[in-house]
Amino acid sequence: METEYVLKMEHVSFRYEKENVLEDINLAVPKGAFVGIVGPNGSGKSTLFKCVLGLLKPQQGKIYLFGTPIEAFKDWHRVGYVSQKANSFNTGFPATVYEVVASGLAAKRGMFRFFTKKDRQAVSEAIEAVGMSAFAQRNIGELSGGQQQRVFIARAIVSKPELLILDEPTVGVDIHHVQSFYTMLDELNRRLGMTLILVTHDIGTITEKVTHVACLNKHLYFHGKAEEFEKLGEQTLSQFYGHPLQVLSHQH
Amino acid sequence: MIEAIWQYEFLRNAFIAGILIGFVAPLLGVFIVVRRLSLIADALSHVTLAGIAANLLLGKNFAYFANWNPLYAGMGFSVVGALFVEKLRSIYKYYQELAIPIILSGGIGLSVIFISLADGFNTDLFSYLFGSVSAVSRQDVWAVLAIACVVIGIVVLLYKELFLLSFDEEYAVISGIRAKLIHFIFIVLVALVIAASMRIVGVLLISSLMTLPVAASIRIAKGFKQAIGYSILFGELSVIVGLLLSYQLDLAPGGTIVMLAVLILLIVIIWKKWKRG
Repeated sequence: METEYVLKMEHVSFRYEKENVLEDINLAVPKGAFVGIVGPNGSGKSTLFKCVLGLLKPQQGKIYLFGTPIEAFKDWHRVGYVSQKANSFNTGFPATVYEVVASGLAAKRGMFRFFTKKDRQAVSEAIEAVGMSAFAQRNIGELSGGQQQRVFIARAIVSKPELLILDEPTVGVDIHHVQSFYTMLDELNRRLGMTLILVTHDIGTITEKVTHVACLNKHLYFHGKAEEFEKLGEQTLSQFYGHPLQVLSHQH
Repeated sequence: MIEAIWQYEFLRNAFIAGILIGFVAPLLGVFIVVRRLSLIADALSHVTLAGIAANLLLGKNFAYFANWNPLYAGMGFSVVGALFVEKLRSIYKYYQELAIPIILSGGIGLSVIFISLADGFNTDLFSYLFGSVSAVSRQDVWAVLAIACVVIGIVVLLYKELFLLSFDEEYAVISGIRAKLIHFIFIVLVALVIAASMRIVGVLLISSLMTLPVAASIRIAKGFKQAIGYSILFGELSVIVGLLLSYQLDLAPGGTIVMLAVLILLIVIIWKKWKRG
């Protein structure tokens, strides 16, 4: 059987004005993969995602989501997205955890339609899946950064997307919660078979959980199995980052 | 007092219109405040004033317009102003708040020109600026009722989209919500409510009925629905008590209503502080 690709990028280039941000990106993400993308600041991570989410149109190349060219792609509820929200959202916003998670279903349900009983159940399940049931009726602003990030994951998974994209989801999450956060992602990937793409600069944690690793710095340098990436060792990584880099060892 | 409401039609009209406005103004206000657009209502109310002044001017010069209800001209101007606000906000992407002073000063400028051409102030204009209990006609009540039905209906139908757009616009766009269309519908609703409210609260004070009850509400509300509930409660409280007081003490209702809203806000802030200890 032919491998099914959830996301495919072919020769994608993007530039703002004169500056090239992405150059000739090729990426193929098979169904069920957990892809980690690492890259220094300014490597084009956010631009890459904006292209994949259809917010930016690359000048060159083609992007396919579930085999459909992105220009023709309409089933956006199949794609979930978690941004670096812990940094930027309005913490004074009067919304409960439940309301925030339910808003993840708005587009799927469609205009002029109300949430059904099934929807409400899906919301409770998503909150449960990220371990936030006890906080469902709390205001989102009262939670810690790590808890908020879990809520945003719940919002992204409530519509049961097949592909979940996470942009530095652990920024602003305190160090103790990062590990349990990755364990949760691992479960989504294994248990629900959700395809995950995660951007991070935390190389130490990433190689432990993911199935594929890619390095981004304008170009996409490596795209292979996680075990092979570990073999590359420090030297290659330093070259890639342009400065020596400490790869954190895992504490088992 | 209560008998007076039954006895005099003008009082009854004022109360019915007031209760409707006390409901819809804070309802839209919640979305306005959380999106940090509190001043948009101010800008649009000044454009509405220009519409009223234009109507007064036309009425003075052409007998045909003299019997027109200025409500409609105000509404028309307000909606056009709303469209300009949205346009300006997309032109000045990085200075979105610039739209507000541009529209506000444009509205004032036009109003002043129209008013001076129409030979200056009269009591009619005064009632539009600060509200009046006696100025609400039966026709006004019907117009306000129609607007209230449209506003409540659309907010209910588009609730989940409006919520998502207010909470996280980027995510709304990514998930495929038609953000531009919904913004547009929303701002037109705001324009309609402002035009509907000016008889009671007056052009200069309507924005406070959209923001003050909400400011109090978000101090104590758990969740968005509760925030809407408290906002409407505080809005109605200000309007009803405000109208009663202004009739009893012969004050302009706009000022009385707004000062009550300020009082409620103060009480909520102090209560919240005291509760925290």
